[in-house]
Amino acid sequence: MKQTLYDKLWDSHVVSQNDDGTCLLYIDRQLLHEVTSPQAFEGLRLAGRKPWRIDANLAVPDHNVPTANRAAGISDPVSRLQVDTLDQNCREFGITQFGMDDPRQGIVHVIGPEQGATLPGMTIVCGDSHTATHGAFGALAHGIGTSEVEHVLATQCLIQKKSKSMLVEVEGELPAGLTAKDIVLAIIGRIGTAGGTGYTIEFGGSAIRALSMEGRMTVCNMAIEAGARAGLIAVDDTTIDYVKGRPYAPGAEHWEQAVASWKQLKSDPGAEFNRVVRIDARDLQPQVTWGTSPEMVVTINDKVPNPENETDPTKREGMKAALKYMGLEADTPIRDIQPEIVFIGSCTNGRIEDMRAAAAVARGRKVAANIKQALVVPGSGLVKQQAEQEGLDKIFIAAGFEWRDPGCSMCLAMNNDRLKPGERCASTSNRNFEGRQGQGGRTHLVSPAMAAAAAVTGHFIDVRELEVL
Amino acid sequence: MDKFTTLTGLAAPLDRANIDTDAIIPKQFLKSIKRTGFGPYLFDEWRYLDHGEPEMDCTNRPRNPDFVLNQQRYQGAQVLLARDNFGCGSSREHAPWALLDFGIRVIIAPSFADIFFNNCFKNGILPIILPADQVDALFTAVSATPGYELTVDLEQQTISAADGTSYTFDVDPFRKHCLLNGLDDIGLTLEKVEQIKAYEELKKKETPWLFRG
Ligand code: SF4
Repeated sequence: MKQTLYDKLWDSHVVSQNDDGTCLLYIDRQLLHEVTSPQAFEGLRLAGRKPWRIDANLAVPDHNVPTANRAAGISDPVSRLQVDTLDQNCREFGITQFGMDDPRQGIVHVIGPEQGATLPGMTIVCGDSHTATHGAFGALAHGIGTSEVEHVLATQCLIQKKSKSMLVEVEGELPAGLTAKDIVLAIIGRIGTAGGTGYTIEFGGSAIRALSMEGRMTVCNMAIEAGARAGLIAVDDTTIDYVKGRPYAPGAEHWEQAVASWKQLKSDPGAEFNRVVRIDARDLQPQVTWGTSPEMVVTINDKVPNPENETDPTKREGMKAALKYMGLEADTPIRDIQPEIVFIGSCTNGRIEDMRAAAAVARGRKVAANIKQALVVPGSGLVKQQAEQEGLDKIFIAAGFEWRDPGCSMCLAMNNDRLKPGERCASTSNRNFEGRQGQGGRTHLVSPAMAAAAAVTGHFIDVRELEVL
Repeated sequence: MDKFTTLTGLAAPLDRANIDTDAIIPKQFLKSIKRTGFGPYLFDEWRYLDHGEPEMDCTNRPRNPDFVLNQQRYQGAQVLLARDNFGCGSSREHAPWALLDFGIRVIIAPSFADIFFNNCFKNGILPIILPADQVDALFTAVSATPGYELTVDLEQQTISAADGTSYTFDVDPFRKHCLLNGLDDIGLTLEKVEQIKAYEELKKKETPWLFRG
């Protein structure tokens, strides 16, 4: 039988199967962070249970950590308690943690791949919906709730039912100046935020194969924004080259064997999917969201949509509510919208390639006068180091950006980096939900290059119109 | 986990699609290391006019009069009517914890986001998917009739009301079994210890690089 990549990953992890199709699925890697793990550890303690396999877990605090003046510690006592609790739990149960002062600390979805803790063929879970990111490696990775975090800690397994499969094929050469972020926003715009509900999405096609691992992670990261718990990309040389030599990757004694098995991690030609969506990369333009859901997205050369043109009443009301929240008039050209804050970072766009793309636009320019704050937050300590070696920090600082320490930061504003009510932000993160970046804050999702372009011009602009200096 | 068998409770309508878990429980409350006490902060940004912070006493906070769950007629609701894609976004289990703490045991919508849907079952909340026209009819009935109650029978898989409304719903047999009996998933899985160990032995040979410990 011809199998999809999803079928292969699923089948190789089934421990047992019930008559109704419910499976016990083995989990190779669990990533932990401070927000969704305390109650799981507490549950374990209350039941007198121990972690099943300590070495399968890796922990890092990321959501609450400060991105400035870290040496002073966390000022908010509630945040501090949560980070301290992760420390204590990891110590008590013997789980490896990259603490706040560790140079390897960073956003959980950035450090997993960076360390080689994310490997092709694995099943990977984390109490975080953007676990989908790791699917870029041909791994079955999805977000779980805290009860399931506890379940995996205690049993190394999850109770799961197989989902349907969708293939999103992006063919053709992506126009220069466009990025993986534009691809995935366009996909979400096409299928909607619930379009992938109940599916695992495999991203394929020449435009996906042409992406770097960083770009592939950006695409899979936002599979959840299309409703899919997991996104997948087939393993190829790009994948294998990225993994090689990383601290947790297989060493010389197993390398050849691992590579041979990873090379099988692609859908068989002619394998059937429950749904197929095709997108032509050549037609794409830079994407900007205008509303409060990632599906509310248009291109930089469009206008804010008019609810009066929407026939579905629930959708129309949703659009009106979004416009009101966003403080936007229908039919305003997107390029007339002026953000006051720019945020470059997050597990979607906080990797080295993203830093480079933003720096290329910032180089030799200044942040516009109407921009109150432009933040660059690298996804991990190692990304930060690498960027500094390349001199990117100097470019940002010279242009008037703030160069911060790694963490989730203004992606969800659990630390001190947050929007004030009414503030408008060009953000490279993944969610433009109401209040996501701070109560009353208004988020426009864009690529790093587009965010940097908005920072230096003071309004949204097609980054291709800016010469690279 | 509390069992769920049957429930008769007041229904409240939340007429908006794509309600995300950030809206259900805003991030500042995720700093808690407990599972309980989230109820007062459910839908915090919609429910109150001021900005909520963890451990705040909510008794005297200014309420948003326009938010439906603040209306007198919906106080004590146990059944929540919602629209498409309820619970999308973040995987935070704090969302079902907050709903449960607030008193919600049943959520009825035309569709749910996957992770949220799953998290509900782990906490004794029953999420029910009904066709959009039936959900529409329930919205109309609830809005038109103060005190409108629904009876949900999990064993029979039925929803009914005094006005003669009666629908059936689907539920995954395994999840139904766990909910009816209040079963702990971990306990069930640990009955399969031998199978898990056998699987690991096999994989240590096939994919030794995945076992470093
Ligand atoms: S960067 Fe944002 S989306 Fe990613 S893990 Fe952190 S909070 Fe979640």
